[in-house]
Parts: sequence; C-alpha cells; structure tokens
Amino acid sequence: MLKLEKRPQPSQLWTYLTPLLAVIITMIAGSALFALLGKNPIEAVATIFWEPLFGEFSFYYRPQLLVKGAPLVLIAIGLSLGFRAGIWNIGAEGQYIIGAITGAAVGLAFYPAESWLIFPLMVLAGALGGLAWAMIPAFLQVRFGTNEILVSLMLVYVAEQLLASMSLGLLKNPEGFGFPGSRNFQQYASGHNAEIITGSGMHWGVVAALIAVIFAYILLNRHILGYHIRLTGQAPRAARFAGVRPNLLILFCLGTSGALAGLAGLFEVSGPAGQISIDFNVGYGFTAIIVAFLGRLHPVGIMLAGLLMALTYIGGEIAQSNLGLPAAAIQLFQGMLLFFLLAVDLLTNYRIRFVKAETA
Amino acid sequence: MDLSSINPVLLLASLMVAATPILIAALGELVVERSGVLNLGVEGMMITGAICGFAVAVETGSPFWGFVAAAAGGALLSLLFALLTQFALANQVASGLALTLFGLGLSSLLGQGYVGVKPPHTAKLDIPILGDIPFLGPVVFSHDLMVYFGLALVAAIWAMLKYTRIGLVLRAVGENHDAAHALGYKVVRVRVMAILFGGACAGLGGAYISLIRVPQWTEGMTAGAGWIALALVVFASWKAGRVMLGAYLFGGVTVLQLNLQAAGVSIPVEYLSMSPYLITILVLVIMSADRSRAPASLGRIFHATQ
Repeated sequence: MLKLEKRPQPSQLWTYLTPLLAVIITMIAGSALFALLGKNPIEAVATIFWEPLFGEFSFYYRPQLLVKGAPLVLIAIGLSLGFRAGIWNIGAEGQYIIGAITGAAVGLAFYPAESWLIFPLMVLAGALGGLAWAMIPAFLQVRFGTNEILVSLMLVYVAEQLLASMSLGLLKNPEGFGFPGSRNFQQYASGHNAEIITGSGMHWGVVAALIAVIFAYILLNRHILGYHIRLTGQAPRAARFAGVRPNLLILFCLGTSGALAGLAGLFEVSGPAGQISIDFNVGYGFTAIIVAFLGRLHPVGIMLAGLLMALTYIGGEIAQSNLGLPAAAIQLFQGMLLFFLLAVDLLTNYRIRFVKAETA
Repeated sequence: MDLSSINPVLLLASLMVAATPILIAALGELVVERSGVLNLGVEGMMITGAICGFAVAVETGSPFWGFVAAAAGGALLSLLFALLTQFALANQVASGLALTLFGLGLSSLLGQGYVGVKPPHTAKLDIPILGDIPFLGPVVFSHDLMVYFGLALVAAIWAMLKYTRIGLVLRAVGENHDAAHALGYKVVRVRVMAILFGGACAGLGGAYISLIRVPQWTEGMTAGAGWIALALVVFASWKAGRVMLGAYLFGGVTVLQLNLQAAGVSIPVEYLSMSPYLITILVLVIMSADRSRAPASLGRIFHATQ
C-alpha cells in the first residue's frame, strides 16, 4: 500500500527535478496527443523542441526566442512575487493590454515629432498604465476585502473591450483607409522599440526582462521586503506577528506585477506587434502564469521557463505550418505542462512510502 | 435611439435564458465550496461542457444526449482537478487555473470541425394553460426544459444542504475537515463527489450556452461566464436561494445591455459590453464586507496523518 508522509522540509533535490520531470512527462503525454491527431509523434515533438534551435532555419527562429520570451518573463517575474505571498493576480493579460494602450497613446500623441525623449516617456506611460489597472483589484481588496482573483480577472474582459474601442475609435490611424488599428510604430522612429543589435531579436523589452530578473533576485534574497513576501506566503500568522503589514504587501505585489505587465505590453505594441489592434493580445498574461510556476517562482527559474515556453510557441507555429498540427494542440500542450508540474510537485513536499497493509 | 423598441415581455423572457447557464454552474460551485474546496476551473469546465454537448448533439441529433455528454465532459475534467488537489495535495488556486487553461485548449482542439455548424433545435415546453396567461405566460412558462431544471436544482440543493444527512456531512467537511475526519467521515471521498458534481453542473451550464443561448460553437464562447459564476457564489454568501437572485440580476444586466445595443443607444457598444463585468466587480465590493459566511476550511489542503 502507498502512503504519503509529509517531509519536515521541502526536498531541495526535488525542487529542481520536478520541473524537468514535468517537461518530460508532458512530452510523453503530448506525443500521445499528437499520435491521436494522426501525426508522427516523434517528428512533432522534434519539430517543436529541436527545429527552432538547431534546424535549417534556426538563424531566423533563435532571435524569436528572445522576442517571445521577453514578455513572458517580464510578466511572470511580477506574478511570482505575489504568488509567493499568496496574492493571486491573474489579470496580467488586462494590465498588459492597458500598458500597451497608455504607452501607445503617449507615443501617438507626439506623432510626427521626432525626439529621443518620446520612447522613454512611452515606457513610463506603459508601466503606469499597467500599475493603475492592477491598483483597482489591490485597492478594492485592501479597502473592501474583495477577492483579487475575481476582480483582476473581470478587468481582463473590460480591458479587451477597451482595446476594441481604442483601435476602432480614439487611437485609430487617421490615414488607415478606415481599417481598425492604430498607426504603426515600425514607421515612427522615435516611438519604435527597434532591435538594439539587428537580427538578434534583442529589443528593449529583453533588456527590461533581464533587469527585472536581477532586481527580483536581489529583492527576494537580500532585501527585507522580499523576506516579508516569502514569510507571508509560508506563515501568514507569523508574518503578522513579525510586523508585516499585509495591506502594504498587497499593494506592492499587485502594483509591481501590474507595472511589469504594462511594460511588457508597451514593448510588444511598439516593437514586434507594431500597432494597437483588436487582436493585439495573444494570451501572454495567462501563459505567464504557467511560466511562473514552471520556474518555481524563482527569478532564474522563470527566465529558463520563459525561454522554454517561448520555444513551444515558436515550435508550435512551425509544427502548424509544416505538419498541420492545430494551434489548439499547442495551447493544450502548455496547459498539460502546468498540470503535470502541480502533480509531480507532490514529491517535493511529501515522501511516498510503501507500507504493508496491517490488520487492525 | 428608440427605447420603445425594447419589449419588456421579451426582455424578461430572455433574462431567464441568459441567467440559466451561470445559475447552473454557480450552483455546482456552491456545493464544491461548501465542501471546503475552491475550484477556480469553472470557466474551463464550462467551455469543455459547451463543446462536448455541442459535438454530441450535432452527431446524434439529440440535444438530450448533448446535455448528458456535457455533464460527463465537465465531470471528467473536474476529475483531473480532484486528482490534483485531493490526492496529489496540490494548491487549489493553481490547480483551478491549470484546469481553466487546459479546458480552453482542449475545447478549441475538440471544436475544430464544428465551427459554423448549426446544432439541433431544443424544443420549448408548451405548457397548455399556464403558457397562455398574458405577460406571465411568455415570461415564465414557455422556456426549454433546462430553465426549469436550473430552478429545480436551486430548490434541491437548498433542501439537500438544510434538511438531509448528506448536506450535513458536506457542510461538516467544509467547515472543519479535521473534526469531520475524526468523526469518521470520508473527507476526501465527500470532496471528490462534490467536485464531480460541480464539474457536471459547469458542463451543463456551458452546453446551455452553445446549444440554446447562442446557439453555435465559437472558440472561447463562454467569455468569462465561469468566472461570473464564481463571483456569484461569493455574492450569494454560499446560499442557494441567493445564487438564483444573483443569476437573475446578472442575466438582467446582460440582456438589458444587449437590448440597449440593439436599440442604438449613443453609448459605444464596447462600453455596454463591459457592463456585466463591471457590475460583477461592483457587487463583489458591496458583498465582500461580510466574509464570515465562507466555509471555514475553504481552500485548505486536507492530509490525514493517520
């Protein structure tokens, strides 16, 4: 008979092993899924994980890894702070949209003026937009005790409607022949989030993501605030005795994750996406939840997880065009990853013992 | 703008239809939460139920089998959540989110062949005498069977929680799982059953959207209905009767804003479409002052040491 025994402390070894184990199990389950869809499973998995890195066209796909990974890492770093403290911001998608809208609006307000000041202003506006949007659930929770999960999620749908309204109305390109969508930042040098080194995929969002990783690492390991975050997550009662102010923590965690999600949105709209459009958001805010957990809520882990998740996006697109694998299969594949991760996480906190059935 | 084009009889009749999916899903979640489990995967289970029900109804030509399949699909997906939280002892918030992400992917994969297909028509009940009453007839007595199923479910769950032994055990498990365990109740078994029931209800709610309310299949068509159902449970202070009240309130807002869109009010369509979500937030703010009604063990992991 199998019996679970709680470990006195979470196992260090399994903390590192479980994400790898989850990825391997997901690959196996994914192969089964692809086989069910009538594709060669080995070919499909190889296309997703091998082709973008070492395949014939890898010179094109490798930079994409940074382009797709940067927003995921930026958002997930912010989310991980809250998740550690038991503060669940799951509306990052909405904060991402609002950051893109406010940032783009500032940039478009200056059009067609050219100045090096414009882009930094847009970055600031993007961060503030995301921050403000995240402050709604934060403030409501602090003041009225509403559930931050539900409020932040509801605001995603509100933000999506706002995005539609903006791309059809206020921010619509006046020279766009009536098509929805704003002016394209790729044709506006001062507001364009261009690649820093051409062909590398390295744009300012990637730089911001790296800075966020470093700051989060220092915050969590070297700063009293990071200690408070970790303490609140592991022992809320002890944290209160230690003088942690929970309301302040809620405002800080939600605010930071909102600002980072807003930044991600701004870098995306002014760079790879180029313009505000109705279907501008592609679900990075939700995938970042998977990234945060896969990275074990640790800044370095999140960076690696973000790259892996970016790989499945790119590999998924290749598999879509080469093998005719449906886009939904990749989405399902990413969802499975989180499932298996949560399941094998059992091994971190519990020991499995085999015991003989005894008679009472 | 022409507000006189809004017919109050039609408005109230469609209110009942708009409220039914969130009513059924929220009732399922109510039972789950009363057993002390927080399942945030309602949206995922609803959308999975929506496509399972749609696909089976189209293939068999029978809406009845569609709803059966929807309940089975929702319950099957919730079984994954039960395995994660009750046996692998995973965090309930994270597992619920995983369920939603997984369900959204699964449903769009399953639904590929069904975009643009028309589902079989679900017959409306024609109650002979009651249906002919002016005003009340068309508003209350001429709907499809699922509307009445939802209402019956409210009464059944209310009575189950208040008067039956099953309800008492369920509440005991939800309020204090250690005490319930000490009394010899099977905490895990009770919770797994509750989770499965919640999954089946969410599946039914989803299928109601794809088979009757819309009726067609589009990706992500539940559009947050599952989350509104979750909010509804908080709004209702975990009481079945108030879930119904809340569902009709939200149904009313949804229908009213759709009618205002059609009537051509000078407010842009996007801002009207936001209103159900904004009202949900507003109601949450008003209702959250009193959290004392929440089941005491809600969201806590149960692990029997011996």
